[in-house]
Amino acid sequence: MKQIHVRDISGAVKNLCIEANTCLGEDVLNRLRECRDRESSAIGRQVLSQIVRNADMARDEAMPMCQDTGVAVVFVELGQEVHIQGGNLTDAIQEGVSEGYRQGYLRKSMVRDPFDRVNTGDNTPAVIHLETVPGDLLRLTVAPKGGGSENMSTVVMLPPSAGLDGVREFVLNWVERAGANPCPPVIVGVGIGGNFEHCAYLAKKSLLRDIGDRHPDPFYAALEIQLLEAVNTLGIGPQGFGGDCTALEVFIETAPCHIASLPVAVNLQCHAARHRQAVL
Amino acid sequence: MKKAVQHIITPPLTEESCMRLMAGDSVLIRGSIYTARDAAHQRMVQCLERGEPLPVSLDGQIIYYAGPSPAKPGHIVGSIGPTTAGRMDAYAPALIEAGLKGMIGKGSRSGTVTDAMRKHHAVYLGAIGGAAVLLAKCILEVQIEAYEDLGPEAVRRLVVHDFPAVVINDCHGNDLYRSGRKNHLRSIRHA
Repeated sequence: MKQIHVRDISGAVKNLCIEANTCLGEDVLNRLRECRDRESSAIGRQVLSQIVRNADMARDEAMPMCQDTGVAVVFVELGQEVHIQGGNLTDAIQEGVSEGYRQGYLRKSMVRDPFDRVNTGDNTPAVIHLETVPGDLLRLTVAPKGGGSENMSTVVMLPPSAGLDGVREFVLNWVERAGANPCPPVIVGVGIGGNFEHCAYLAKKSLLRDIGDRHPDPFYAALEIQLLEAVNTLGIGPQGFGGDCTALEVFIETAPCHIASLPVAVNLQCHAARHRQAVL
Repeated sequence: MKKAVQHIITPPLTEESCMRLMAGDSVLIRGSIYTARDAAHQRMVQCLERGEPLPVSLDGQIIYYAGPSPAKPGHIVGSIGPTTAGRMDAYAPALIEAGLKGMIGKGSRSGTVTDAMRKHHAVYLGAIGGAAVLLAKCILEVQIEAYEDLGPEAVRRLVVHDFPAVVINDCHGNDLYRSGRKNHLRSIRHA
């Protein structure tokens, strides 16, 4: 058994929270630059230039690129040969989030109850997705998710007869309806299959992929490209001011599903597409 | 399509100054604006319903829908981009009636809000969502004016210089989210 101390887990999560919120991934930045250079709308080019400049400034000054530093979503892949020492995994992750949001001067956006809405003061609790995997590694991914784009996300249970066309139409209509609200250019995370809650998880998980990483199945890879092209003919454009670049990317994740169901989830991600990973 | 114009505006805004702003125009704001979002709006509207004075006079003023991240040592404010304006739609008409002339946010507004804007000559401006460091650089002073207990949601007075925004909804009924998209699609079809 490999021993990993909770102290190291908290420390890693703390750093990931700060890095994710201040350093936009090179993959996202490169795609933003490409889209800026080929955007045909003048106001669209201006918006994309400012988004790129903002990301550069955030990294250089170690400031969060967006004031909404989000719900801390933490994906954990725990190798079954790992033994956690000195405490428990969940507490260690929550402690790391609390420290990261405090020390990184990140905004605390969590309220303890949906109705009394009292701020918890340290952005906990994080939403934790735990998966056990073979091996002796612990992989931690922190993906802060802002409220604006999260609010424009959805799950629908389509009848299987809706088929591929039904799924395409639903995704496209949803992005169109979301319009300027989720801070386009967006990344469209699509979950297809599974059941009600698993489908939403798939959509969220797809957002962890790097821009340009295609689905391993050529059928879904082609569908991703097709949907991206379709979304970018909507004309919504950067910030919804009109333009070519409505989405930077479309990612699809799928899972087996019930004979009666065709669940589809769309998790929209704003251009501040933040995720950072560490392996212990 | 009319060519977009750049305006420099300084609150308090008058009906006349609002009427000159057209959807698609860009503005640079100089002077004082106030931040408020969900919780502060709820309290201000409750104030008006009870017939009490607002904690700050909104006459001719601009509200920026924003809740900043905490300021780092040596900074006056953290990152501060706009939040989704639609969540304030339930409260905005009452504040417009109380004299509010401008709102800065991102995302579309309801018909009730745009109706109130037309009636009282107010404007809705869009700042770039997510450009929160860039926007923080336009802020010269920050002062908490009300509801300090709300933390990032407190009402702050910001003194800004050349704070950039785009007119989304003007007081003549135009909407950049509709016209911008329509014009873009027309232009690429004719390209």
